[in-house]
Amino acid sequence: MAKSWEEINARIASGEAVVMTAEEFGALAADEGVSAAARKVDVVTTGTFGPMCSTGAFLNFGHSDPPIKMGEITLNDVPASGGLAAVDTYIGATEPSRTKGIEYGGAHVIEDLLRGRAVHLKATGPGTDCYPRTEIDTWVTLEDLNQAYFFNPRNAYQNYAVAVNTGDQALYTYLGTLLPRLSNATYCSAGALSPLLNDPTYRTIGVGSRIFVAGAAGYVAWEGTQHNPHQDRDEHGVPVKPAGTLAVIADLKAASPEYFSAATFTKYGVSAFVGIGVPIPVLDEEIAETLALTDADLKATIFDYGVQRRSRPALGQVSYAQLRSGSIEVEGKTVPTGPISSLPKARAIAAELKRWIAQEKFTLAAPLQQLPQPGSQAFKPLEIRTEEAI
Amino acid sequence: MARRRLDLTFPPSQATKPIAYHLVKDFDLTPNILRAQIQPGQQGRMLLEVVGPREAIDAGVAFLAGEGIEVLPAASDICLDEDQCVTCGLCTAVCKPGALTLDNDSKLVFDKDKCVYCEACVVACPRRAITLRF
Repeated sequence: MAKSWEEINARIASGEAVVMTAEEFGALAADEGVSAAARKVDVVTTGTFGPMCSTGAFLNFGHSDPPIKMGEITLNDVPASGGLAAVDTYIGATEPSRTKGIEYGGAHVIEDLLRGRAVHLKATGPGTDCYPRTEIDTWVTLEDLNQAYFFNPRNAYQNYAVAVNTGDQALYTYLGTLLPRLSNATYCSAGALSPLLNDPTYRTIGVGSRIFVAGAAGYVAWEGTQHNPHQDRDEHGVPVKPAGTLAVIADLKAASPEYFSAATFTKYGVSAFVGIGVPIPVLDEEIAETLALTDADLKATIFDYGVQRRSRPALGQVSYAQLRSGSIEVEGKTVPTGPISSLPKARAIAAELKRWIAQEKFTLAAPLQQLPQPGSQAFKPLEIRTEEAI
Repeated sequence: MARRRLDLTFPPSQATKPIAYHLVKDFDLTPNILRAQIQPGQQGRMLLEVVGPREAIDAGVAFLAGEGIEVLPAASDICLDEDQCVTCGLCTAVCKPGALTLDNDSKLVFDKDKCVYCEACVVACPRRAITLRF
């Protein structure tokens, strides 16, 4: 029953494509079997909305008169990179404000731009023959910028840790507040709706895939940083620990604050909730098998963040259905759970992407280049060494 | 047995009055101080939960009012800004009394009666969507 990308795109273009969210497809496959579901459905949409620290935007301000070669740049007191051409910058989501610290950061600047608010731009430069101005103090809106686009080096993590704390002190982490002595557990994945859990070996998701990024149509630009396909996998080939990642690009001017939200994690730092949705073509039964997996089938590994080392002890595996039930068992103790990735938002993203495909004829793009495959590369640590030791 | 939550405002002259003692000894109530901001010689506030027979609570409240303490039903002290909330659910992970939970659709439900004003959710919320007015 194999279908080609071209056949599926032709059906999208003619308005005949059958599109379902990953949750709907899982329910259909449970009712009618995977083969029947694979024949019936052309595209499955996924979605996720969690904090993704490796997020940011390239901006071009245009030239003032006389022009300036911006070196030190701040936007609403948040430092942005001055290491690019005269009026280009990159604002990273996790950069804290010089005056408000982690309560306002790069992610908040991006959210303010998306909301149409004016942002205070201040910069200094060396003053050169071609860029004589040495200081600038002005206000800019998203509309004023020549280019503004997300380039997020690591989004849409394929699975993530379940975090617990066996220590005696509360820990304030990027996975929220972890109460002492196994008093809570937090987790961060859209589970059955998660893009890379639905295509675990990156058959259809690769460089050039057209995707949903914060409400805009964007692309997978490259493998994400820390992309680690060489991770433990279950009988379906699905990773049970943090594995693949995506670097994504999309027009900030076409994005929506409904699908991008700045975040502050107390005593940790700034981050950004980013909405990512990926459409997956139902090419054959093999991909349908993983598209049909539900929260009961997908598992995550529990890690003890009470051990503050690179390799934290693993305390077992649980399914996303167990995590969503509100409590799990860890070392014989019933531990209440709480999510960090928003399921209602993930559902809204998968539904919106479904609407794009079914109503706006958003066609799919086959990968121009595959992401590194399982077994192809290992994840390297950073060793601390001296120059002499090299 | 009834349970009631009261928001008490103390005038400066009554700020050091040992009201918990009187509620126990004179009215046989079980007081539980959830939050308090009391300084001698200044206006003070207390969020107080009392448990006991309904008539005893009414009598206790009348006693407090007679002492010049303003007594209001405690309400809407924890505020959730729904425009800021992204329903991530992280607040539910730190809410030990179970006042903040997710329903079957993963929508956030806040049961104010279970809240003990510990502020764990205020600190945990990455959107700073939860505030405590006290």
